[in-house]
Amino acid sequence: MATIKVRKHKLNFLERIYLPEIFRGLFITSFHFFRNLLFHLLRAIGFKNLRGAVTFQYPEEIRPLAKRARTRHRLTAREDGSPRCVACMMCETVCPARCIYIVAKEHPDPNIEKMPASFDIDLGKCVYCGFCVEACPEDAIRMDTQILNIAAYSREGMLYDMDALMHPEKHGDRILVDPRKP
Amino acid sequence: MNLLSTIGQLVALFAFFMGVLSLAGLLTWVERKQSAMMQDRIGANRAKIFGLRLFGLFHILADAIKMLTKENFVPKSADKVLYQLAPVVSVFFALIAFSAIPFGDTLVIGDIRIPLQGLDLNVGLLYIFAMLSLGVYGVILGGFSSQSNYSFLGGLRASSQLISYEITIGASIVGLVMVYGTLNLNQMVYAQGEYLWGWLPKWGFMVQPVAFFLFLTAAIAETKRVPFDLPEGESEIIGYFLEYSGMRFGMFFLTDFLETILVACLAATLFFGGWQVPGLFNDGFHFLNGGAWFLPPFAVTGFRVLGFMLKVAFFCWFLMAIRWTLPRFRYDQLMRLGWTMLFPLSILNIFVTGLVLLLF
Repeated sequence: MATIKVRKHKLNFLERIYLPEIFRGLFITSFHFFRNLLFHLLRAIGFKNLRGAVTFQYPEEIRPLAKRARTRHRLTAREDGSPRCVACMMCETVCPARCIYIVAKEHPDPNIEKMPASFDIDLGKCVYCGFCVEACPEDAIRMDTQILNIAAYSREGMLYDMDALMHPEKHGDRILVDPRKP
Repeated sequence: MNLLSTIGQLVALFAFFMGVLSLAGLLTWVERKQSAMMQDRIGANRAKIFGLRLFGLFHILADAIKMLTKENFVPKSADKVLYQLAPVVSVFFALIAFSAIPFGDTLVIGDIRIPLQGLDLNVGLLYIFAMLSLGVYGVILGGFSSQSNYSFLGGLRASSQLISYEITIGASIVGLVMVYGTLNLNQMVYAQGEYLWGWLPKWGFMVQPVAFFLFLTAAIAETKRVPFDLPEGESEIIGYFLEYSGMRFGMFFLTDFLETILVACLAATLFFGGWQVPGLFNDGFHFLNGGAWFLPPFAVTGFRVLGFMLKVAFFCWFLMAIRWTLPRFRYDQLMRLGWTMLFPLSILNIFVTGLVLLLF
């Protein structure tokens, strides 16, 4: 039988009469109180980099994410606004969740072989592994939109089409399909 | 005492009671915000009226509305009369204890003299402690009349704790009574207007420091708040008001805050000079360098009431700070602290005070 011997800290006289320890505790809590009070006041009059609390008040205040955090996908564009994607199917192939659906078509420019006719990602299936970003030879797909609040009323609503993927700012919180309004 | 001064006293007393009740409501906000600030949080601030948040002050209103509109549950087997009486008893005795607190000097307007105190009793101190003791009945009745085992045990814990610590609270004050030679609270405050060596105010804390710590510890135990909140122990060990809901629970809750204010008032009155402001005499401020700032009598009274209010506010803050700093005592630790440490110390304090008074 493994037993854990709990060594109790032997209290010395000053600790046994409580008072010095109580004052020490009060000093710590009061220090935090007055420091935070000062920071709140200074923040109210314009020193925005001072925080009196560690809280981020979520809907109004978004917690900053790391630059490398994998968030909602986006498709990058060429100068003329068409997608950089050449429909090589690398991402669709590497995707472990099989959530990318690409339909290819001819590109009008003969220098470019193909382009996607449609490029859908089912975010309800996506596992945010980032393999698609690493597999892409054209830097056409990235996961750097910093959008995390992806929600929909149905499974179909999680299906993001090419327009939504190319313009994440336009479809920031948009629910693409609302089943209650067919 | 003529009619006008009686009316004036009633008005002043009404204002004082309204102030106490508002402060009790405000303390719920202070409790949330102060604990939040101590723990680097923000605290409740989501209640909003017309887009206005006011640092969460509307939560007081929201709480009141919630309490008043909640179902007032009465257990089937509860003693209906006692069950409904218990919270009223609790609040009533906590409230009328305030009437003996002197919150200011005598206000003189023309030839009308208005004493800023509800009851100028010769035994004011005993009266307050008697009201505090009677408040225990609310707790016992609340636990007993619910016909719930948990409430009953909570009530038992509460009554044994409160009775144990009342002995200490009474004994710790005796030294002070010996020094001032009176039980009249106003006389005590007058006595604290004297100065040691011409500059140090002869406040109760200066002459009876040990009694102050004993009194404060026992008084925090009387308020049934952390670190002595075993009667309530909302989340873990269920307390005497388990079966109560709605405003009846709210009244027990209010009693805690009222008692906190009462303890703050008592600590200020007994140990920190009551309405006495250092350097303020009947004709105005006298400074140590010999300078003086002469004031009319009503301004002096105003400063004294303000001084008293600031002292009470400080002690409310201090009691909250203690409440959010210390962990809860275990029950055997609580009893050991009360009976084997605080009580003998308070007796020793009486002896030492008597010896000093006899010899010097």
